[in-house]
Parts: sequence; C-alpha cells; structure tokens
Amino acid sequence: MSGRGSRAVLLAPWLVTAGFFLLWEAACRALALPIYFLPPPSVVFEAAWQFRGALWRNGLVTLWTTLAGFGLAVGFGILLGLFVGWSRAIYAGLYPVMIGFNSIPKVAVVPVLVLWFGIGEVPAILTAFLISFFPIVVNVATGLATTEPEVEDVLRALGARKLDIMLKVGIPRSLPYFFGSLKVAITLAFVGAVVSETVAANAGLGHLMLTAQANFQVPLVFAGLLALAVLGIVMYALFALLERRMTGWAFRSGQAGAVAV
Amino acid sequence: MSAFVDVDDVSLSYDGTAATLALDGCSFSVRRGEFAAVVGPSGCGKSTLMKLITGLARPQRGRVRVDGRLVDSPVKIAGMAFQNPTLLPWRRTLDNVLLPLEIVEPHRRRLRRERAAYVERAERLLASVGLAGFGQRYPWQLSGGMQQRASLCRALIHEPALLLLDEPFAALDAFTREELWCVLRDLWQARGFTVVLVTHDLREAAFLADRIYVMSARPGRILATREVPFARPRELEDCYAPAFVELVHELRGLIGEARRAERAA
Repeated sequence: MSGRGSRAVLLAPWLVTAGFFLLWEAACRALALPIYFLPPPSVVFEAAWQFRGALWRNGLVTLWTTLAGFGLAVGFGILLGLFVGWSRAIYAGLYPVMIGFNSIPKVAVVPVLVLWFGIGEVPAILTAFLISFFPIVVNVATGLATTEPEVEDVLRALGARKLDIMLKVGIPRSLPYFFGSLKVAITLAFVGAVVSETVAANAGLGHLMLTAQANFQVPLVFAGLLALAVLGIVMYALFALLERRMTGWAFRSGQAGAVAV
Repeated sequence: MSAFVDVDDVSLSYDGTAATLALDGCSFSVRRGEFAAVVGPSGCGKSTLMKLITGLARPQRGRVRVDGRLVDSPVKIAGMAFQNPTLLPWRRTLDNVLLPLEIVEPHRRRLRRERAAYVERAERLLASVGLAGFGQRYPWQLSGGMQQRASLCRALIHEPALLLLDEPFAALDAFTREELWCVLRDLWQARGFTVVLVTHDLREAAFLADRIYVMSARPGRILATREVPFARPRELEDCYAPAFVELVHELRGLIGEARRAERAA
C-alpha cells in the first residue's frame, strides 16, 4: 500500500513533465501554430541538439556567473545576518532598510552596474549577488533573533557571555534557516545572472537567447529557455538535498524551517 | 541560620512607571537547604521574582542577596528549569545535560580534558531521574515528561547551590506530574540544594515545600507565609490526609482573596 503510494509520488513529477510536453506538442499541431510564434517541443529539442555546443558553452558561463554571485551572497549574507541578528535592536533598526533595498527591482540596477563595470561578466555576477543575498540575511537573522528567551536565561544565569550564547544556541539554531534560504537564494541568483546577461553581456544563456531572437531563430530561444529551466531545477535540488543532509534534526523536531522571502 | 536567599522590600517595573509595576515591596527569605514554594494568581510577577534572584533583572528599589552576596549580576550558582523544557533539538539528551558545564567555571576549562568523568556524572544523574540509557536520544525522541526530567538534569549537572523552578510541571498530565514531584523530592533529599519553586499548583507546593509564600495579584507582594508541617519523607498518599487537604484549602482561600482584590481594584 505505502510502497505503491511512494512509487506514485516518485513517478508523478516525470509524468507531469512528459504530459506538459505532449500537451504543448499537441496544441502546436492542432492549432497549426507557425514555428516563429511557438515552436513545438520536437522542433525545440532538435534545435537544442543542433546548437548543443553553443548552449553548453553559454550555459557554463551562466552557471559561473550565478555561482560567483551566489558565493558572494552567501559570504556577505552570513556576515550581515549575524550582525543583524546579534541584538533585537539592530534587527528592528535594519529590517525596514533591507526591505526597502529588496523592493528595488534589480533589473533597474543593471544599467548602473554597466556604467560602472562595462558590459560583461561583472554586472551579471553583481546582479546575481544583489538579488540573492537578501533571503540569506533575513533567514540567518531571524534564526538568531527568535532564540527562546528561556534558553538565553538558563545560560545567562550561569554567567554566559553573548558570544557563548551565539555559539551554543544562536548559530546552531539558525542553521536550518540558513540552509533553507540557500535553495531560495540560488534560484534568485540564477534569475539575476540571466536578467543581466539579457541586458548587457557578450556570453551566457541570456545573451544567447537575445542573439537568437535578433536572428529570428525562435526554436533556439525556446531551447535556451529549456536549458535555463533544467539548470534551475538541478541547482535547487542540490541545495534542497544539502539542507536535508545538514539539518535533518530540524525536520524531525518540527522547528520552523526557512522563512519564505 | 541566616537567609540563603534574601529578597528585601523589592520593587521592579519594566519601564519604570507605576502602571507596569511587576513587584511592589516584595520581601521573603529562604534558608540554606530549604524548599520554598511561591504560589499566586497568574501574572503576579512570580517569574520576575526568579529573574531577580538569578540576577537577570535588577530591582529599582530594595535588595536581593544570595548566599550573603548582593546580587548585581548573574549569580552563576543557580540552576533553572521552566515549564517548557527548552532542550536544544540538535544536541543529544546527554549533550543537553552537559551544556551548563560548557559555560560555568571551573568545568568549562576542564570539560575537554576530563570529558569521560563528566559524561559519567551526567549519565548517573540521568539514571537517578529514570532516564538511564536515554542519553544518546535526541530530545524530540523523548516524551514530554522525559524531556522535563532531562531539563531538571541540565539544571543540576553543575551541582548548583540554588535551584529555581518556574512552573516546571505545569504542561504535564496529572500522573506524570506526580511522578516528577517524587523525582524532585528524591533529588532534593539526596543533594540538599536550596529550591525556590514557582507554581500555581497548590497541591504541588504543599507536597514538596517546607514553606509556602502566597503572592498577591500584580503588583506582586507576599501576602502570607505558611510553614508546611508534614514529616519527611512524604509520600503521594499523604496528599489525601485531612491536614494536607486543609492546608491546600486554606491556600486556595488566600489566592481567591488576592484575585478578588485585583478585580475590585
């Protein structure tokens, strides 16, 4: 009973994906849509195979800019998160400022970055960084700031210093929030990198799609979209797996996971 | 013998105004090795009293002395346990019990070198509350009563001279609660530390304590003190003796008066 149930759960994503492509193919044929409007998946896959070299090269560039921006976001996010979560006063003071910063659509920042750093990888990396550090900061800070006051009292009554409480309670407690935020941050970094590539780059999947569109190679545009989706899923899955491995206790003990941002 | 815990005419308000006064002219004292219970209506500042005794909060007026020393910073000789066991879910039960030793001197310095001896000590303590063999489990693998036992062990592992309990058994079912009364009674009799137990369970106070302080509604003051005359060791059966029932009934009356006075005010 449960075996069949879990097999259905395992198969479901594949069936849904296959169903999606079949529906797409059927719709294109039934409505006789022109290829330059919406190419059917068969044509898209053909284009993906034909241009596999270009997709691979540009995919690697996008992967690199995403990971570079994400890496910066993790480092900076942890530091800022520790600072913000250190005391409730800092948390209360900085939170509105960060919300304001996060509300700016990052695509609006790209022209500024191009002005400063020129066209290329740097604006893409920085956009990925700017867009993805926020959930990390918020989650690390929230994990720290929501420590149960009783635990703090137990330790403070023993003469614990702030640093002791951070090391023994605050930081371990915020780890599930941190790892939870990584899977959100990696997808955001990816979005940031591609947005920037689409506006101002000479390599990367975003740039490839822009060029393909200019040359009216619509199937290649869609092949680029597919490549983006695949990369996004793989990165999300990797970090979701990492989260499970690192902080299994949080799932078991029912401690609230990451804050959705 | 002079008082071990001496709270003398203490007032405290969290923002310094009379409207939020938590304690007002509160005085009481506990002798060394005594088991004291503080009972009162909910929200009467019982938990504030705990913070004052441990030095986590400081009074605006009056003095708190523990072991003859004026309390002006955390006292470091206290163990604490609360209604919520507050065990850390990423640590095994044994490591939760060892946590205070990672903070308190001189254990903090010795812990790494003499870890085996400390682990043995923690395991003995766990065994004494009926948790032998559970040290390697995580807290979320234990029942609520077992978590509360572990929480008591964490409060006692550094052999504090003073144990402060803030409604430690309030969230447990009646049978588990009575079991834990006996666990606490036995620990106290074996080790002879001083206890201040804050509770709203009058039977709990009468069964465990040597002396019971009745607090008024907020702002909290001590309204009455009752010596508990029953011989030790006490058994759960004693809770049904006429004298016991009469004491609980009398306490109930005192608290009822305090609540009526609050509503009238």
